[in-house]
Amino acid sequence: MTTVARDPVTAADPTPPAAKPAAGPSRHRFRAVAGFAFGAALLFAVAPLLLSDFRLSLLAKYLCVAMVAIGIGLAWGRGGMLALGQGVFFGLGGYAMAMHLKLADAGPGNMPDFMLLYGQLDELPLWWRPFASPWFALPATVLLPMAVAFVLGSLVFRRRVRGAYFAILSQALAAAMVILLIGQQGTTGGTNGLTDIQGFFGYDLDDPVNQRMVYFIIAGTLLALLALTRHLMQSRYGELLVAVRDGEERVRFLGYDPATVKLVAYVVAAGMAGLAGALFVPAVGIISPAMIGIVPSIEFVIGVAIGGRATLLGPVLGAVAVAWARTALSERFPGTWTYLQGLLFVVVVAFLPGGLASLVGLLRRGDGERRPGWLRRSRRTEAEAS
Amino acid sequence: MTLFRGRRILAGAMTLVAAAALAACGSKTTDQNTSAGVTADVSGDTVKVGLLNSLSGTMAISEVTVRDSIMLAIEEINAAGGVLGKKIQPVGEDGASDWPTFAEKAEKLIREDRVAAVFGCWTSASRKAVKPVFEKNKALLFYPVQYEGLEQSPYIFYTGATTNQQIVPGLDYLKAQGAKSLYLVGSDYVFPRTANKIIKAYAEANGMKVLGEDYAPLGSTEFGTITNKVKSSGADAVFNTLNGDSNVAFFKEYKSAGLTATSMPVVSVSIAEEEVKSIGTQYLEGQLTAWNYYQTTPGAANEKFVAAYKAKYGADKPTSDPMEAAYVSVYLWKAMVEKAGAFDVEKVRQASDGITFEAPEGLVTVDGATQHIAKTARVGKVGADGLITEVWNSGAPITPDPYLKSYPWAGGLS
Repeated sequence: MTTVARDPVTAADPTPPAAKPAAGPSRHRFRAVAGFAFGAALLFAVAPLLLSDFRLSLLAKYLCVAMVAIGIGLAWGRGGMLALGQGVFFGLGGYAMAMHLKLADAGPGNMPDFMLLYGQLDELPLWWRPFASPWFALPATVLLPMAVAFVLGSLVFRRRVRGAYFAILSQALAAAMVILLIGQQGTTGGTNGLTDIQGFFGYDLDDPVNQRMVYFIIAGTLLALLALTRHLMQSRYGELLVAVRDGEERVRFLGYDPATVKLVAYVVAAGMAGLAGALFVPAVGIISPAMIGIVPSIEFVIGVAIGGRATLLGPVLGAVAVAWARTALSERFPGTWTYLQGLLFVVVVAFLPGGLASLVGLLRRGDGERRPGWLRRSRRTEAEAS
Repeated sequence: MTLFRGRRILAGAMTLVAAAALAACGSKTTDQNTSAGVTADVSGDTVKVGLLNSLSGTMAISEVTVRDSIMLAIEEINAAGGVLGKKIQPVGEDGASDWPTFAEKAEKLIREDRVAAVFGCWTSASRKAVKPVFEKNKALLFYPVQYEGLEQSPYIFYTGATTNQQIVPGLDYLKAQGAKSLYLVGSDYVFPRTANKIIKAYAEANGMKVLGEDYAPLGSTEFGTITNKVKSSGADAVFNTLNGDSNVAFFKEYKSAGLTATSMPVVSVSIAEEEVKSIGTQYLEGQLTAWNYYQTTPGAANEKFVAAYKAKYGADKPTSDPMEAAYVSVYLWKAMVEKAGAFDVEKVRQASDGITFEAPEGLVTVDGATQHIAKTARVGKVGADGLITEVWNSGAPITPDPYLKSYPWAGGLS
């Protein structure tokens, strides 16, 4: 760990600062680049070659969940904010995208099919109209969740709401959003959500080639988000965030405002969840309240916990592993898979409290410095885990 | 240092995204032939069919009974020699009461298992989620539950009632009984909201007053306020579209508020024999339900169905309308395949019109134009023994009209 109060000038300095650990940054950089290259090869070459169209589209869905997980890893693992309501941001992003695609499917001047069925509206509601333009809808998938997170976060963190109270508040928000969506059936599709999405910016989603393209976009976005998060975690801000998690009062006395530090992580996590929701829509073809309420919000967090919340890759691996296990188990044992899944959660939490990512650490115990950078966790979590 | 490194990685990743997007370079064809659909695998001496029901989650309690009766039908058909000489091999999947999961599993059944047809789904939301999957792959779904109408997919056969075979006859019955005012209570989702829209249009056209309309979230057990509002409204009858557990709480509250089946009858459209058992007969005795089938429906076909079901799953297991519709759907599919002489989806669809089957509920006929089936509507009363006995029926099967086009009062609905 580098010092918290590092001078910004040295932070931007291309030469390694003297305070860096002996392992040397060039080695870390090499590992990071090698790791990303390996991930890219896996996602862009191996997976499309080995998997059928159907399995690849499932992987696309898992990767969307993994994007939410990266954000939760940042907010919870690094920032100590148990974000139990990420479904809200996932939903905002998903609905923004789905609204645009529905309007594009319907064609200019027409209304989406479900509105005619359930809404009996004469014209498109005012708040739907801007979504007809991709120049509004696309940025909205990320900026809308971020704006909501900003408003909520500013209110909550300034008042020093944390721990269980913050988690409960997040859950309440998820529940409220679901009730709102279901109640406005005529304009939101109610419990059905927005379904039957045919096209994606002119590309026919029924075509397997285009489904593959959606997968590539998702895989690329995931890698980009990982790079962004790695950058955040290793920056001065990342150190501050961990410091706030571990000793908020101390950071306050050092002259920083913990509320702002937390707010940034929360807003970034919300943006990632929104982006994940937006990409989920073309990959799966549906967004509904069932995917943004309390239960899915908890499921997002479970994946992160299983994978290892404080690491960079842990949440991604955990989210993909949980989603994959869900599919595999339920296909193999349709009647009893829920018990098996529950058992898996219990075993992981009981024997690997640091998540799957701590497995590597366990195997290399006593040789902590030689662990790859992306699996290194802060000392505090290490202590909690053992 | 960190900033620079991060930037380089970021730049690398971005280039990767751009490269991938270019490499993938989706085909922008609007030619529908590109998605020709998946043909079912019928090369062996068995034919696979998919069973897509929720075996876990909130809907499991209802959907498992549907799965059981589909399995019963498959066993009976296999024992009698199968379909076109092939034994049916069921492939079960769990929809897990989660709509995207339904879509995922439907796709798996069609593309990986290459089934000839899929039987299942219960909630409208799950049907709406799988509908594009079936249409895209040109595969068949048999949907066995009464629903809110306003839908007609070329790749779905609806073997449950649409609104003009259940809700409208239920209202006709209330009108004939002299009800002048109604109170609407429902769960907060698509079916109750759409059903209530239809009920309000009917009421307006028939001189009935709707005195109130209340929705409770799915799974809600808090009915004190709603019951008080119902009571003070003084309505002649209550039309109940609540689903699942909420009914237990609602009817307990209803009884404790001093309301009875004689003072203010409740007509329910989601309470069948299975639910009567879980709610408790003491709360429901004398209340009305609207369906197309009851365990007590007379006829040899039903006696055989009930006996076979109890023999397989236990003497205490009741049979209900969705179970019967699911059982019938397998036999209808068999009849369509045999008439078509092939498992090919388009041929099966073309063969469907006019197929009849002597179902436990009586004679049913497939209407090829809407892919719904003509069914007899029945209003029943819950008895002290927990069974429902018919007090009225429509006399003859009612032709399905999912968009209510033949009802002038429903003009503005769709």
